[in-house]
Amino acid sequence: MQRLSILEIREKLRKKEISSREITEYYLSRIEKLDPQIKAYLTVTREEALAQAQAADEKLARGEELPLLGVPLSVKDNICTKGIRTTCASRILENFVPPYDATVVERLKEAGAVILGKTNLDEFAMGSSTENSAFFPTRNPWDLERVPGGSSGGSAAAVAAELCAGSLGSDTGGSIRQPAAFCGVVGLKPTYGRVSRYGLVAFASSLDQIGPLTRTVSDAALLLQIIGGPDSRDSTCYPEAQPDYLSELEKPLPRLKLGLPKEYFGEGLSDEIRIKLEESFRELEKLGFELREVSLPHTEYAVAAYYIIAPAEASSNLARYDGVKYGLRLEGRDLLDMYKKTRSQGFGAEVKRRIMIGTYALSAGYYDAYYRKASQVRTLIARDFEEAFKEVDLILTPVTPTSAFRLGEKTQDPLQMYLSDIFTIPVNLAGLVGLSLPVGLTSENLPVGLQIIGPHFSEPLVLNLAHRLEEALSLNLNPPPE
Amino acid sequence: MEFEAVIGLEVHTQLLTESKIFCGCSTKFGAPPNHHTCPVCTGMPGSLPVLNRRVVEFALRLALAVGARINPVCVFARKHYFYPDLPKNYQISQYEAPIAEGGAIEIEVDGQRKSIGLVRIHMEEDAGKLVHDEKRPVSYVDFNRTGVPLLEIVSEPDIRSPEEAVAYLKKLRTIVRYLGICDGNMEEGSLRCDANVSVRPKGSQEFGTKVELKNMNSFRHVERALKYEIKRQIGLLLEGKEVVQETRLFDEAKGVTHSMRGKEEAHDYRYFPDPDLVPVKIDPEWIEKVRSELPELPDAKKQRFIEEYGLPTYDAEILTVSRPLAEFFEECVKLFPQPKKVSNWLMTEVLRELNREGKEIDETNLKPEHIAELLKLVEDGVVSITAAKKIFPEVYATGRNPKELVEEKGLRQESDEGALEAICREVLSENPAEVEKYKSGKKGVIGFFVGQVMKKTRGKANPKLVNQILTRLLEA
Repeated sequence: MQRLSILEIREKLRKKEISSREITEYYLSRIEKLDPQIKAYLTVTREEALAQAQAADEKLARGEELPLLGVPLSVKDNICTKGIRTTCASRILENFVPPYDATVVERLKEAGAVILGKTNLDEFAMGSSTENSAFFPTRNPWDLERVPGGSSGGSAAAVAAELCAGSLGSDTGGSIRQPAAFCGVVGLKPTYGRVSRYGLVAFASSLDQIGPLTRTVSDAALLLQIIGGPDSRDSTCYPEAQPDYLSELEKPLPRLKLGLPKEYFGEGLSDEIRIKLEESFRELEKLGFELREVSLPHTEYAVAAYYIIAPAEASSNLARYDGVKYGLRLEGRDLLDMYKKTRSQGFGAEVKRRIMIGTYALSAGYYDAYYRKASQVRTLIARDFEEAFKEVDLILTPVTPTSAFRLGEKTQDPLQMYLSDIFTIPVNLAGLVGLSLPVGLTSENLPVGLQIIGPHFSEPLVLNLAHRLEEALSLNLNPPPE
Repeated sequence: MEFEAVIGLEVHTQLLTESKIFCGCSTKFGAPPNHHTCPVCTGMPGSLPVLNRRVVEFALRLALAVGARINPVCVFARKHYFYPDLPKNYQISQYEAPIAEGGAIEIEVDGQRKSIGLVRIHMEEDAGKLVHDEKRPVSYVDFNRTGVPLLEIVSEPDIRSPEEAVAYLKKLRTIVRYLGICDGNMEEGSLRCDANVSVRPKGSQEFGTKVELKNMNSFRHVERALKYEIKRQIGLLLEGKEVVQETRLFDEAKGVTHSMRGKEEAHDYRYFPDPDLVPVKIDPEWIEKVRSELPELPDAKKQRFIEEYGLPTYDAEILTVSRPLAEFFEECVKLFPQPKKVSNWLMTEVLRELNREGKEIDETNLKPEHIAELLKLVEDGVVSITAAKKIFPEVYATGRNPKELVEEKGLRQESDEGALEAICREVLSENPAEVEKYKSGKKGVIGFFVGQVMKKTRGKANPKLVNQILTRLLEA
């Protein structure tokens, strides 16, 4: 079978060229064959998926038209699924089975999707390589010796290796866009508040956002349509209805001004990435868009601010994993001993590192110097973008400084690992839209991503531009045959 | 050296909203453990809080009632500490921008009026409850109370004695009850109080080292705990020792306080704004709407009772402590327009029954019509005041019509002059010695004759009439 996008599958299902059961079994058989090497999935829900496919086929037979009816997808394992364990790739939640669906999962199900399983991630979404999973690392389908990126590495690898038609990930500092770039798929981090966070296990609440990882820009638009929009269960969710993204993709674009922030193209950016990006810039100019340099002067402080704010929120969000109510509990002499044993053994090294950093940053006497200061820097970074968006419509940057690195290459150096998110973090701090689009391969045959950044709620414009460039480049990237 | 105490109170009031502060679960008390719970109030991974706007409205009522400044934007913050009854291991509370700041509560102790300033009022969620197994060394957690809305009211250190502290608490309870936002029941924990206490030489402007007192679940306990603690601290200072900054628990059985944790073990709560909740904007229209719906408050009502009904301050004070009682009084006066008589009846007969049962008047079968009718029966001489008092407990308990009860029990008072005169003559002829005494000037003996007549009529004679008849016969 030829590699299909969600929209293509939907079309074939509606035309009865294939059944949902067939396409579901196709992905399940690929998972069975390939996932022992790639390790994208933490849980494969074979039985449930086949039952959902069966139900979808019955609805299709009755002529029902739901936007994702019968389409097999996967969901990152930090998004709650009712009755299906949701581990966050952590020992502490290894056996946690949520009694409810996240809003986004509920919406996927209502739209008729088939859920193949839960994908691997860095523990609690803390990491950039999926090596921090407590269970196993996921491998990059383009080169099994390399990481798929993270934290949504399982989702990105699953989409790239065709182990699902599309996937939901979450992005706190680049966790959708960076693995999308490393694996050569489309990854969209929507505006903060565009998608409900209800049921997304919180890492850093003011930065987390769920978004799609897909083969095409149109698929990303379709998935966003389903999962986005108001939700009374999330106070930070934007209350206005969404535009119709797919029809927005068809609208002609004016001569957009596209900004290239000089701070993003300096030292540290690999030449191969720079070359590929410049090629796509020329394509964009050919398409009639105007490129110009802009400045985002506070960029250099973004990573530092992020590594105060995100761990601070994480230290608070992860306090609930104490062995009392759910998840892992190790017996102790007394309550304190039980807490200590459970948390010491339940959390991995990176999670503990961030809990400690965050706890310190919020402590009495340090709050002003760290958390408050970082919040002020955050405001300055948001203001940088506001200023830039007065001059340009959208901003183009690299997604990552390098292409996918080797497993183990950065695990001993957390700071190097943190810096791999240097181009994606500012978007979360400012709550903006960020899309990662594959724009080519390096000489080592590794994917390169371009990031399109847009103002709040500019998803239609970002998707539209990405769609134009995708068509112009017409890359059809496929990892080497397995 | 003379010392004075400096006391500030932190009061938590549980709000009477139907549902919890951040989820739709019921706040009803007394359900089986963990029945009123959901993913949000049990802190499940991925769950998010959504503010119940009713809680803000209740907080606004109190803020307006005590003249506090309402912040146009207030922010929820997370307060962190690990304890099994706190499912997220942080409590959603308010820190840097509470809903209201300032304001004051007026109290009166020994006829001295005083204004106790408020620092702040903020909204927060309650924690659950631990239930300890009596047979095995295990504990259970009940999350029914988790997420029940609370208002914390923090006073300035303006309180100088245990008596003032109790007066402040009672006044605050009256206010929250008037506003219908809290039932004010200290024993059941819907109104809880912690105190910060220090002592200093009288006249000093500096504060002494303060001690936080906890576990005082009645007005009496607050008073006892404060008295003990003040004495303890003064004792230490007189011995040349220092007061240690710490948290102490009141032991109600022994009437003493003992150390729970020292300053070193004090929590660092690591407050920061809760990113799951957006700042709450309170626009002037909302405030005005709440203001327009505020009931008449206790001080205003008391003043009006004094002026409008001519009641003594004491009566007005007692009647206005409870809003239902005050309203009951006014209904009675509409039906029986002699306020002082109504007041007397309410303050003695009615309050006795209410206090005995620990009830509010609107929780009983008693209606204003009952009181008005009883008073009218006495006024018209149909029953004696004694007989009226005798049947009242039954009226109170059953809500039955007083007139019916009077007939049923044969308590209608004898007012037939002819019949009474016959009995009076009888009594006089049976007691010649006492008649002689009367005639010799000991007029007080008439009481004895009245008593005898009442005895013969089994209390049914109209005593006023009996007195008149006897006087006439004896003077003849």
